[in-house]
Amino acid sequence: MKQSPLQSLDYSVLQQCMHCGMCLPTCPTYAETGREKNSPRGRISLMRAIADGELETTPNFAEEMSYCLGCLACTTACPAGVDYTNLLEHARAHVEQSGVVKTPRRDFVRWLTMKQLFMKPRLLRFAGRLLWLYQVTGLQSLARALRLTKLLPTSIRVAEPSTPTIQRRFSDSLIAKVETPSSAKTAKSASASASPSAQPFRRVLLLTGCVQDIAFSDINRATADVLLANNCEVHTPRAQSCCGSLHAHNGELDLAATLARRQLDAVDLSQFDAVISNAAGCGSHLKHYDRLLATDPAYAQRAAEWSRKLRDISEYLVEINFRHPQPPARTSTAVPNHPLNLLRSSIDGREKSPAPTVTPVTYHEACHLCHGQKISAQPRAILRAIPGIELRESAEPTWCCGSAGIYSITQPKTAGWLRDRKLNNLRATAAPIVAVANPGCSLHLQAGEAHSANPLQFIHPVVLLASAYAAETHP
Amino acid sequence: MLAELQQLLGPENVLTSREDLIPYAFDGTAALKQLPRAVVFPRDAAQISAILKLARAHRTPVITRGSGTGLSGGSVPVENALVLCVLKMDRILELDPRNLTLLAEPGVITQKIFETADAVGLFYPPDPGSMKISTIGGNVAENSGGLRGLKYGVTRDYVMGLEVVLADGSVCWLGNKCVKDVAGYNLRDLFIGSEGTLGIITKVLLKLLPKPAARQTLLATFSQMDAAAETVSAIIAAKIIPCTLEFLDRTTIACVEAYAKVGLPNDAEALLLIETDGHPAAAADEATRIEDLARSQGALQVRRARDAAESAQLALARRSAFSALARRKPTTILEDVTVPRSELAKMIRSVQHIAAKHTLDIAVFGHFGDGNLHPTILTDERNTAEMERVHHAIAEIVDAALALGGTITGEHGVGLAKKPFLKQQLGESSHALLKAIKHTLDPDALLNPGKIFD
Repeated sequence: MKQSPLQSLDYSVLQQCMHCGMCLPTCPTYAETGREKNSPRGRISLMRAIADGELETTPNFAEEMSYCLGCLACTTACPAGVDYTNLLEHARAHVEQSGVVKTPRRDFVRWLTMKQLFMKPRLLRFAGRLLWLYQVTGLQSLARALRLTKLLPTSIRVAEPSTPTIQRRFSDSLIAKVETPSSAKTAKSASASASPSAQPFRRVLLLTGCVQDIAFSDINRATADVLLANNCEVHTPRAQSCCGSLHAHNGELDLAATLARRQLDAVDLSQFDAVISNAAGCGSHLKHYDRLLATDPAYAQRAAEWSRKLRDISEYLVEINFRHPQPPARTSTAVPNHPLNLLRSSIDGREKSPAPTVTPVTYHEACHLCHGQKISAQPRAILRAIPGIELRESAEPTWCCGSAGIYSITQPKTAGWLRDRKLNNLRATAAPIVAVANPGCSLHLQAGEAHSANPLQFIHPVVLLASAYAAETHP
Repeated sequence: MLAELQQLLGPENVLTSREDLIPYAFDGTAALKQLPRAVVFPRDAAQISAILKLARAHRTPVITRGSGTGLSGGSVPVENALVLCVLKMDRILELDPRNLTLLAEPGVITQKIFETADAVGLFYPPDPGSMKISTIGGNVAENSGGLRGLKYGVTRDYVMGLEVVLADGSVCWLGNKCVKDVAGYNLRDLFIGSEGTLGIITKVLLKLLPKPAARQTLLATFSQMDAAAETVSAIIAAKIIPCTLEFLDRTTIACVEAYAKVGLPNDAEALLLIETDGHPAAAADEATRIEDLARSQGALQVRRARDAAESAQLALARRSAFSALARRKPTTILEDVTVPRSELAKMIRSVQHIAAKHTLDIAVFGHFGDGNLHPTILTDERNTAEMERVHHAIAEIVDAALALGGTITGEHGVGLAKKPFLKQQLGESSHALLKAIKHTLDPDALLNPGKIFD
């Protein structure tokens, strides 16, 4: 019989945990219950008990693996260097293989999402298009007004307010297949100019993602813009597929490997200086292609090169010593798309007071950026470089907001508790804008602000940077 | 009994499922585990008293536990035991700035006690490496030490009073807020470091100090172990008592740097982390003299922390030493011997000799200033041949420490890990006296049985 994922895992990864307890104060679920089972050290002991044959794969175990947020705060706290990411992925794969939590409805949902929608980029975009129609035609508002959403199953109903607003145009129609710094001005929404003298020329591959592509294509456009402004030639392959993070984080390691191979087949890596990701959760997974395909002789080498070249956008910008945007010239009056300007005009309209010279912005650290990828200083460096922004730190910036992939759907109670805690910390800074580099966090937090009189705005740091470049006057 | 416990505490405070119990089968000690029968979370002394009466009626052993970070197996369950977890008793009951005391429940995290005192300009000095998560109750029960032991002593030196529940369920107050008190036997001290074998601590009255006005942190590196040891002797001989005088060997430096990334040098054989505190002028003067002494002993480099943030970062790096060593090998066995300070260099040479003799990877770090060393054996529990050699090495390390007039544990306690060596240190009659006291207070052997001695 085939060994289960937990039993085939290198045992020393399990042994690495010497139960010192340093992870406990950083774990949100342990903070909620105070029970060892709900802590990283407790979960690892359960995984080890299964690998040792001391514990059956029970629904209780499955539930515990699903209760973990996968926020990876424990990996930052762990002096012993336990690879918890790897352990959790194997444990969840083990649960799926064991079938202890199988129900026809769960099977259907997983089949529809992970095996259909997120394996077939065209199908996902088609679904995105339908959802867009539903939203722009007013049907969504109507359904919400008539409380038709009450007809939905509980888990979907709880998540419904977090449904992303679908963009009118997806990445492929916003970003050309190849954009070079000199052609940047011709690209429709890019007005930033490159300064070739300041930066050496680089060629990069831009990953547009799947959910990001249909719900946040503007972030992808902004990413291309800031790269162009830093003298990078941006290559954006058409109809990109899901990177597989959804699958790996939810116990479908084989599908994740299939998607990783597909990515590698689609590009000639040797052409590029770097591969750029701008979504924290995806980047955290994309960097592990080397581990995912380590035992596949046909792909291991390419996967290693991929992992070596994979960069989060903020990480890359700091690495290439990005150009700091100039303050907008006094003569240039309107940069209509600049989020800070939008905000200022709304304040002006209301209070008839002079526009503030600086806008406070706070930064929420997406778990898979700060814990998954250990990227924390770079987004702050970008925010500090933007004229007109004052970066204000919030309490517990590295504490999970409860979004955590599909967690807000599967564990709404804990997700809600964490969201309240996060929003309280963010509001305490009195900054109207929250910079956040992960689409999931943005959607989840935004939904929490739905009934607020003065809702916080959640903006990707790269969008703020692109706006600042756009606001410069050109010689 | 479980039904009675559920009625007493509420079902949410009685854990019995296998998945719930497995994570309570161990503490911070390597390779010791035993599944308990149930885990209970009481809220106060009255509930604990009731639990003990129930346990007595059902002849069920009770193991008290905080965060389970102990390093001698003190909170590892025994068969069929009830684990009594005090984490829900987590209130600071009183901060008394007029008497410089703080009254806390046992489940308060030690870091919180430090922060609460710090916020009003006071200071709780004991700082075990685990203070971010260990509980004050556990610290008192194990008489924990820490990085400031050299100048400020251990947990015992800051406990003015205790509330304990005895095995028969009676609740006793031992000690009070008086600085001077000589009424009767000093039973308070009997319970400090009793490792949960004599009673269950339900309140702790702590002594606080004024916060030192200034702190200076130095990092000195050496190409030879002896030079580091000589520097320590020279500092003490110069009548300087730093608050912290920590030592890391080459292996430990590498592992700590891999985790904390604070810029520790990887070319040094030994490193001293030295902290002096007090009046700003005194701290600065001491730091300068220490710097001179280190240089005159041939230090490769002496670096002074620029600010409080860098000091804190260096201390934090040192705190992670034990856990960081787990990066090297799957199993990390931490020893805890103390020798008189004059014998430190000899003790380290003995450890190196023992490592070579048994072909084992043994890292050494510890509190040089108070003679407390943590030789840490890096091994793999699945390698039975090597584990055999590990056991010989541990016995020889203990022998070497005792031969130098040392002790088998400086701050972790005896628990299960050091039980085999206790009689060797104490001698027959002292060992028998300990057992007699245990039998008097806990005649049915219900409280953490099998710990310290059989």
